[in-house]
Amino acid sequence: MSALRAPFFWVLLVVVGGVGLLPILTGSDGTREDVFLVLMLVILASSINIIMGYTGYVSFGHIVFFGLGGYVAFYLMLNHQVHFVAAALVGGIVSSLIAFLLGIPVLRLRGAYFALATIGINEVVRSFVTNFDPFGGATGMFFNYQVYDSYGGAKNALWFAYDAILIVALLCTITSLLIKKSKFGLGLLAIREDQDASQVLGIDPSRSKVVVYTISAFFPGLAGAIFFFKNGIIEPGPAFDLLRSIEALVMVMLGGYGTVAGPIVGAAVYEQLRAFLITNPTFSSLHLFVAGFLLLLIVLFVTNGLVGWLRQRTPQLRRYLE
Amino acid sequence: MNIDALSASAVDGLMIGFIYGLAAMGLTLIFGVMRVINLAHGPVIAVGMFAVLLLGQNLGLNPYIALPIVLLLGLASGIAMYFIAVHRVINAPELTTLLATFSVNLMIVGIGTVLFTTSPRALSVDLGSVQAGAVTVLGTKAVAVLIAIVATAGLYYFLYRTRAGKSIRAVANNRSAAELMGIDSTWVLALSFGIGIALAMGSGSLLATMFSFTILSGTVYEVKSFIIVVLGGLGNPFGALLGGIVIGLLEGIATISPLPVGWVPVIEFGVFVLILLVRPTGLFGAR
Repeated sequence: MSALRAPFFWVLLVVVGGVGLLPILTGSDGTREDVFLVLMLVILASSINIIMGYTGYVSFGHIVFFGLGGYVAFYLMLNHQVHFVAAALVGGIVSSLIAFLLGIPVLRLRGAYFALATIGINEVVRSFVTNFDPFGGATGMFFNYQVYDSYGGAKNALWFAYDAILIVALLCTITSLLIKKSKFGLGLLAIREDQDASQVLGIDPSRSKVVVYTISAFFPGLAGAIFFFKNGIIEPGPAFDLLRSIEALVMVMLGGYGTVAGPIVGAAVYEQLRAFLITNPTFSSLHLFVAGFLLLLIVLFVTNGLVGWLRQRTPQLRRYLE
Repeated sequence: MNIDALSASAVDGLMIGFIYGLAAMGLTLIFGVMRVINLAHGPVIAVGMFAVLLLGQNLGLNPYIALPIVLLLGLASGIAMYFIAVHRVINAPELTTLLATFSVNLMIVGIGTVLFTTSPRALSVDLGSVQAGAVTVLGTKAVAVLIAIVATAGLYYFLYRTRAGKSIRAVANNRSAAELMGIDSTWVLALSFGIGIALAMGSGSLLATMFSFTILSGTVYEVKSFIIVVLGGLGNPFGALLGGIVIGLLEGIATISPLPVGWVPVIEFGVFVLILLVRPTGLFGAR
């Protein structure tokens, strides 16, 4: 666990934990909602980064695990009165299990074929859930407010969901750091650079890829469970929204592909920017255009993202910005 | 299931399949030549729909007369799009080109939403219909199928019989070798991108003569194009036409089968993932 002695571990803990404590200290509902959203995006972006940034496999439809975790947990809470924490854990584990089973065949595909297959999987699951009556079909499922009573009423349940998302965000980013700093992570980076060469050097790419895919599906599963618990309603459209998946990819690129800090920075900056564009009277109607234009500029000129660019510019920062 | 209903919906599905195929051809041509999955494909189809609408409204052009203009516009904007968004990252990993084309997607949808809002539009084209037994063929659909066939034949002739087309195939086959033979690969790539966009916009124009549309309508056809392209083999334009017909027929027949219509996408995407896994070169692709 040498990663826990790295200076960046403390930077991570202080920054994410510090921002996360802000709403708890001020007790403000508005701040809590803002930070909740950013933390959830941090989880989505970081988990995509674990498979995409480290291993080079572009999981375009990663949102499928968010939706699956959400649906499984929601179903358990609604129909079997399972406690939220247990239901969320089951949601995460089911997401991981499905990633494991899917990963074995799908991760054999490379490049664009893999990216397309993940889009396909998301669409299969979405159209399946839309027709699956136990999950409420196209109209989805919703809580009546009594569900929140066992958590001390709706107001307390919101705070409870917030605590949960903060813990998951911390776990997710720390896992990301642990993987990056481990021998296993080094193997992943080798697969990203040249899969065939890594195999010659004694790495088992198929095993490593499946393991990392399984890990990367766990956190979105938890995040989905928490998000839809807080929402009180789950529908196939928002649960398996491909656009959200692509937005998370954009955050990873914006912050810096393959770095631990990148997805965190990317998620925070992207969300701030989106909020600014939507509320700004001049840009509100053009916000999609502006977002697209910025993305193009990043893709064409700042390929390493903000964190990658900083690391390149200032070598002294590298210890504090993994 | 009676035979009248079956033949009616099979013919309907078959015809729409040609248009699906035409749309997918643009996507697969671009992938085949430069290994780029164009995520702006859907919005480009929608631009084709609006182009034919605007040409009709402002210049009073009949949609079928406007079509060649739309194709030329598509060619020009495709070439421009290549140089703006793709050329710089053509050798970068897939993720980069996926995001570059996706950024174009966002920009088109962003501007389109401001200019046209998202309320549905429709063209008023009536070419009558022909009745043969239980089968009714709308004139607009028949003409669209005819145009799709002509466009495919034209593409085939271009790729196999002209010097520029042969250069495109050479670059698709092996870019460095083609460059050593004196082919200017930059222009060939730009030209292929332009043709791909022109095909997508053309299919959008044809779809506009049949269905109502919004700036977001392209997404449906983009996702269908993905399935079709994989069915026909990524990078194989003529496989795409066959793939389109298969999907069109499947959808047509599904409307009268005992299976609820909602399950059709489950099957379509299931087949899509399965083919990617088992036979990534597609059903009609070369091994």
